[in-house]
Amino acid sequence: MMDLDVQAWVKVAAFAGGGIAMGLGAVGAAIGEGYTAAQANLAVSRNPKISGDIFKNMLVGQAVAESASIFSLVVAILLLFLDKGNPTLLKAAALFGAGLSMGFGAIGSGVGSGFPGGQACLGISRQPAVSNKLTTNMLIGSAVCQTPAIFAMVVALMLLFMDFSNAPLHPTWAALVGAGLSTGLAAIGSGYGGGMAAGASCEGVARQPEAVGNVTTIMLVGQAVAQTPSIFGLLVSFILMFKTFPESMQLQSAMALLSAGLCTGLGGIGPGVGNGMAAEGAVRWVARNVTHAADLMRTMLVGQAVSQSTAIYAMVVSLVLIFVL
Amino acid sequence: MAIEGADIVKAAAFLGAGISMGLGAIGPGVGEGMVAAKACEAIGKNPKEAGLLTRTMLVGQAVSESTGIYSLVVALLLLFVV
Repeated sequence: MMDLDVQAWVKVAAFAGGGIAMGLGAVGAAIGEGYTAAQANLAVSRNPKISGDIFKNMLVGQAVAESASIFSLVVAILLLFLDKGNPTLLKAAALFGAGLSMGFGAIGSGVGSGFPGGQACLGISRQPAVSNKLTTNMLIGSAVCQTPAIFAMVVALMLLFMDFSNAPLHPTWAALVGAGLSTGLAAIGSGYGGGMAAGASCEGVARQPEAVGNVTTIMLVGQAVAQTPSIFGLLVSFILMFKTFPESMQLQSAMALLSAGLCTGLGGIGPGVGNGMAAEGAVRWVARNVTHAADLMRTMLVGQAVSQSTAIYAMVVSLVLIFVL
Repeated sequence: MAIEGADIVKAAAFLGAGISMGLGAIGPGVGEGMVAAKACEAIGKNPKEAGLLTRTMLVGQAVSESTGIYSLVVALLLLFVV
């Protein structure tokens, strides 16, 4: 291990990070787009006469779902070919963290964006007259789904381009890897959950086109709340990147920072998915029973708030790990 | 860099605390979301019982929360007591 020079370690980290970024980053979009295509096939079999409209909508929906993995491709190419500047071991940790952030961060948004695409295709086969409304609603919903992947890309780019050369190697290396894990993992749940809400809203618009205003509103509120766990992840990443940690050769100071990133990251997955489920249920039933939209919105928000609590516990444990210990 | 026994024990406790709370947060988050989704469905079907349904939802979620609280307790024990 000691025979390798620093230059080699930086390359090892960059190449491993690039592989992780693109490898994991390809998972979500592929599943999401496959779902969209499957629903499009179903839609064409139900209403073959408008197969052209369905096909067009499928491609637009898939193009949005693709963006998460395009972010991954960009980060992977930067990791492979970017001039590494003056190589330090801390730079190696930052590059590896960038790969982790983008790789994990693209999974949820990729899968989630597929749901509105597929449901909009099915909706067009059912209600060809409102295909414009459906495409618009699909685009709004899947654009919001991309937000967690964009957070992950922001963290990855900051890890790539920020200058950490003045910070002590121990324990800052763990803070940088933790920063990548925090936003990357937390983005999985929020991306997936936001997609569930968006899919239900496309189904709802096709069922009750006149309720489109209420359905889109509750979808956006539900998605916004489902986004919170990934914002917690982003917050912890920023603290880990910007706080200066005193030099310490002890393993425990490094593990506290790595663990802080892991805790908020993993802890965000469940509440993100759960909030999405709650939003899906509310959106689906606002479309069916629009007169009680206010009751449904209230119950959705109360349910989401309770489902959020474990993400807040995870963030508290992370903050204790960073600031108290 | 010499690693001492006490240091590695503390390091493992910190890592364990993060994993405990991180993984422990997944289940309650998903479970409580399912409860909320079904409560919305039930209120959509029968809006007259919205109050009863919201109360049932909250009781169910509180029970589902318990494993998240166990994780929090274990994480805090690992951080401050062990």
